[in-house]
Amino acid sequence: MDAESRLRPEDVVELNPNFHFRWEEPQQAHVLLYPEGIVKLNETAASILERCTDGRSIAAVAADLSQRYGEANLSLDVLNFLEVAHAKGWVRVKP
Amino acid sequence: MPKAGSGLSLDGLGMPLWLVIELTYKCPLKCPWCSNPVDFDSYRNELSTTEWKKVLRAGRQLGSLQLGFTGGEPMLRHDLEELVEEAERLGYYTNLITSGVGLNPDRLRALKKAGLKQIQLSIQACDQELNEKLVGLDVFAHKIAIARTIKAEGFPMVLNVPVSRYNIDQTEELIDLAADLGVEYLEFANLQYYNWALLNRAELLPTREQLARSEAQVNAARKRLGKRLTIFFVVPDYYDSRPKACMNGWGAIHLTIAPDGTALPCQEARLIKGIDFPNVREHGLDWIWRESPAFNQFRGEGWMKEPCRSCDEREKDFGGCRCQAFLLTGDASNTDPVCAKSPHRHVIDELIGGAQRGDEGRTGRLVMRQRGMAPRTGAKAG
Repeated sequence: MDAESRLRPEDVVELNPNFHFRWEEPQQAHVLLYPEGIVKLNETAASILERCTDGRSIAAVAADLSQRYGEANLSLDVLNFLEVAHAKGWVRVKP
Repeated sequence: MPKAGSGLSLDGLGMPLWLVIELTYKCPLKCPWCSNPVDFDSYRNELSTTEWKKVLRAGRQLGSLQLGFTGGEPMLRHDLEELVEEAERLGYYTNLITSGVGLNPDRLRALKKAGLKQIQLSIQACDQELNEKLVGLDVFAHKIAIARTIKAEGFPMVLNVPVSRYNIDQTEELIDLAADLGVEYLEFANLQYYNWALLNRAELLPTREQLARSEAQVNAARKRLGKRLTIFFVVPDYYDSRPKACMNGWGAIHLTIAPDGTALPCQEARLIKGIDFPNVREHGLDWIWRESPAFNQFRGEGWMKEPCRSCDEREKDFGGCRCQAFLLTGDASNTDPVCAKSPHRHVIDELIGGAQRGDEGRTGRLVMRQRGMAPRTGAKAG
């Protein structure tokens, strides 16, 4: 992971405006559509993306997901996934 | 043709995720590597607006997601905006693949309003002189101006460079141009040799040294520019020792509809003789995709011969390109001769050898895309 892809728990991220994120019925999955590409997301990835693009901080989303899935602490998992998504250009840090 | 950077991380579940519609074979440019058939002018019976809309609806029902409007030059269809609007309503991610000729600020705004998501604009050189030599028309200044308008209208944009011996040495200048235009993606699409490009192969194929230099320049620029510019680099497969995973497999995720309604597993498939490709005017798209003999001919692995059949890489590259196997070995079910394991690899090595010998054996003349070329001319094997 390059340094510029690193994220902090207090960061708020948003979807890259050139990417479209939505439920696709025939695939029974959420997909990301963008120039020259399609990515099909698993349920965990989709629930993180769905929540973290509504204006809340990464930490707040992690807390929400921890509660929802009854897991002790998901902050590291959420942060790791978002850093990958950030490196791939799916999301960017909201200024 | 395989797309660079096609961010595919899924098998499509048997759906034609990628739908490409060639609205017309007409185009004012004369590119000597055009992917259209050499006898393009014999296909004049273009689908009507109503017929294309029917294709779009049927494609979505089959699970298509990415939609490419291409040609020929799709801007020559005056119903383009109407078709984009319908595609958006149906839920496609819409891409326009254009030379920029016929595109003006008014039509761009209309396309934006119709919901078009992305534009891929071709550029052949970073100066007027070479660009005109390669496309046969003085359109360089227009292309640059329209690229700026595309960005000003807020479209994400891919600048696509068809790469040959003629322009590969402009790699760095083209990267600078793309950065200056502010495009998100730059695609160096080294030519793949079918149809018009095959006719001009001896003139167009770059040398190994040119290719290595260009790729090194691309890698350096990637480091320098980071996320500002994503650069795709499609290698000319002749210089690889393994074949490309062409179309992610025959009839796997790609579906092309030609201007006359012929359904094809890729834009070049019609060059394989002896396959009866179905037409959307006569058959439902569902039957065409799932049931038609043409789409099942090379689907999966049952058709494979040795060395593919027992190869542990067959799930990775699907035996390569059926069109290339047909063109260079005479049998579309042979292993793509690019593969070092193919008994026909010597054909490729001889072609590369020809490129390495410099100007010897080259005429210095390009056969520009034009009407009236006999169909047989394009079918000559390598």
